[in-house]
Amino acid sequence: MKAFRRVTAPAAVLDRPDVDTDQIIPKQFLKRIERTGYGEFLFFDWMKQDDFELRRPEYESARILLAGRNFGCGSSREHAAWALQDHGFDVVIAPSFGDIFRTNAMKIGLVPIALPSGEVRMLMDTASGGAEMTVDLESQEITDPSGCLVPFDFDAFARECILEGLDDIGLTLRREDAIARYERSHLPRVETTALPG
Amino acid sequence: MSQATLFEKIWETHLVAEPAGEPTLLYVDIHLIHEVTSPQAFDGLRLAGRSVRRPDLSLATMDHNVPTEEGPISDPLARGQLEALRANCEEFGVPLYATGSGHEGIVHVIGPELGVTQPGMTVVCGDSHTSTHGAFGALAFGIGTSEVEHVLATQCLPQHRPKTMRLTFEGEPPEGVTAKDCILAAIGQVGVSGGAGHVVEYAGEVVGGFSMENRMTVCNMSIEWGARAGMVAPDDTTFAYLEGRPGVPAGAAWERALDEWRALPTDPEASFDREVVVDVSVLVPQVTWGTNPQMVAPLQGSVPDPASFDDPEERVAAERALAYMGLEPGTRIEDIHVDRVFIGSCTNARIEDLRAAAAVVAGRHVHPSVRAMVVPGSATVKQLAEQEGLDRIFSAAGFEWRRAGCSMCLGMNPDILQPGERCASTSNRNFEGRQGAGGRTHLVSPVLAAAAAVAGHFVHPQELGAELEPVA
Repeated sequence: MKAFRRVTAPAAVLDRPDVDTDQIIPKQFLKRIERTGYGEFLFFDWMKQDDFELRRPEYESARILLAGRNFGCGSSREHAAWALQDHGFDVVIAPSFGDIFRTNAMKIGLVPIALPSGEVRMLMDTASGGAEMTVDLESQEITDPSGCLVPFDFDAFARECILEGLDDIGLTLRREDAIARYERSHLPRVETTALPG
Repeated sequence: MSQATLFEKIWETHLVAEPAGEPTLLYVDIHLIHEVTSPQAFDGLRLAGRSVRRPDLSLATMDHNVPTEEGPISDPLARGQLEALRANCEEFGVPLYATGSGHEGIVHVIGPELGVTQPGMTVVCGDSHTSTHGAFGALAFGIGTSEVEHVLATQCLPQHRPKTMRLTFEGEPPEGVTAKDCILAAIGQVGVSGGAGHVVEYAGEVVGGFSMENRMTVCNMSIEWGARAGMVAPDDTTFAYLEGRPGVPAGAAWERALDEWRALPTDPEASFDREVVVDVSVLVPQVTWGTNPQMVAPLQGSVPDPASFDDPEERVAAERALAYMGLEPGTRIEDIHVDRVFIGSCTNARIEDLRAAAAVVAGRHVHPSVRAMVVPGSATVKQLAEQEGLDRIFSAAGFEWRRAGCSMCLGMNPDILQPGERCASTSNRNFEGRQGAGGRTHLVSPVLAAAAAVAGHFVHPQELGAELEPVA
C-alpha cells in the first residue's frame, strides 16, 4: 500500500449525506482488470453536472475530501477507494463511513477520518474557499485554515500500517503456525473441489 | 457455558490469533469469488509470488457482467474480465462454475443451493450482499479486493469484533405483505446507516415462519441499512432446505452436523449491544420513492414533501432525490407509472420469488407501455422454473425470460435502463444510476413488481384479482 504521513492541501467540500460507492465510481468502470487509472472516472455522472461541487476551480488541487455522514455506503467495490486516491485524494473526512469502504480505504493508504458532525461542519465552513489545511496521521491532528488544531481518533494498527506502508498479508503470513494449528483442529465440512463439476 | 449469541458462538470458534494491539485473525470457511472484484487480487498474488492457500475452500462463478440473452459476449471489456477469471481460477486451482456449466448463477444464489453455505460458517465474498448467506446462521459479510487477496493468500481476515444487534419483527404481517416489505420497512425505520458497525440477528415469530428464500431476502438487504452482516438462527427449516444438497454431509456426518447446528442459536439470556423492534402487524406493501432504500413509502401512501423532514440534511437529500426521480411531493404511489419491470437479483430471484410473481401474472398480460423481464438467480433456478412451467407463464404474459445473472440489478451487462426510464425492480439498490445512468428505480417485492408489470403502475396484486402465495 501507499504510505502516508501528512498532507497540506486544499480540502474539497462534498456536503451530501449517504454518498454511495455507485456515485463514486459507476459500474461501467468496474469491468477493467487493472488496479489503477480510475481517477478520471471519479463521480463520473455527477462530474457532468455544471453545479457539482467538486468541479469548482478552487478544488482542483484538493487532496482532502470533506464529506457528509455515511460516506461510501453501498457496494463493496474497492474501485471507489482506488478512484479517490488515483484522483489525488489522500484523506477523506466525514462524520461516518460505510464499513466496507472504510476498510478498503485503509488497506490502500487512503486515510478515512471520522469526526463528530459539528467538527466536520466547522471544517467545511473554513475550507469551502479552497484554503489549505493539514492532516497529520502521525500526530493525529488536523490543522484547519485558521490554525486551529482538531485531534482525531484512528485505529492504532491501521495507522501503523499506513504510516509504514505495510503489507498486512505479509503480517498475517507470519502467523503461519497459528493458521496451520487452526486448520489441523478444524477440518472443513465442505470442500468446493469435491462439488459436482 | 455462559450465555452467548449466535454471532458470538461463530466468532469464538473462528479465532486463529488474537495478537495484542492488532485486529483479531478470523478463519474463513468459504470464500466466494466472482469476476468483478477478484482480478486485481489474483494480480496481487502473482506480484508477490503467493499462492491460494485453500482452493478447496474457495468457489468462483460468473455473474455480474454476463449477458442474459443467448449468444456470445459482445462487450470486449466484460469478455476480458470473464476470461481473466477463468485463467486465474485455472492458474491457482480454484473451482469455477463458468457460464454454461449448468451450476452458474448469482454467487449468493448458488452458494446456498449447492449447500456450500452452512450454519456456523464464516463466509466472505468481494460483494456487499454476501450478508445473504447469514440466513443459514452463518457469519457472512462483504469484503473489498484487498481483503479478497488477503483471504486468497491466508484463508484468514484481520477483523475488529463488531457490535451485536437484534432486530425483532413483531407481529404477523397481513396477507400480501412479503419478506421484502418487512426489510424495506425496517430500513425505512432505522435508516441507511442504522446498522453500521453491527452484526444483526433477525428475530421474531415471523422470521421463524419464513422460508429460507424469505430469510435470504431479509439478510441480503442488511448492508442497505449499513449492517456488517445479517443472520437468522438455524432451525428445522434451515436443515430441511440443506439436506441432500451437494455440499452437505450425509449419513452419520449429517447427524453430527445437526447436533452442532442445533447448539448455534442465541441462548435465551444472551444480550445484544442494541435491540430494535419493527412492528409488521399493520404493514402494507412497500415501494421506494427516492435514491436510497430508506426513502420508502407504503403502497397506499404518497411521495413525501421534503419540507416534512425535520433534519436539514434529510430535507436536501429528499429534494435532490425527487428531482432525480422526476416525482412531485404528494403524488400517490399507486399513480406512479413504470416503463420497465425487473424481476431478478440476489435479493429476489430464487424459485419461490419466481413462483410468487408467476402466480400474479398467470393468465394476465404485461401492460402495453411496459417492458418486463425475469432473470432467474441461477442456472438451477432457471431449470427448475422451466420444469414447473413458470417460463411459459411469464412468456405468455409478455415477460422476457432470460439466462441467469446479476443483470439489471446493477447494469454491468447490456440490461440497463435508459435515461429517465422508470423501473419497478425486485433488487436491492435504488441509487442514482444504479440500473443505468439517469434510470429511476423503485424497489419492491416480486409480487408488487409483477402487478406493476400488468397494471403499468404500482397496485396491490389483490386489486388485479390475483391469488397470493402465503408469506412463508
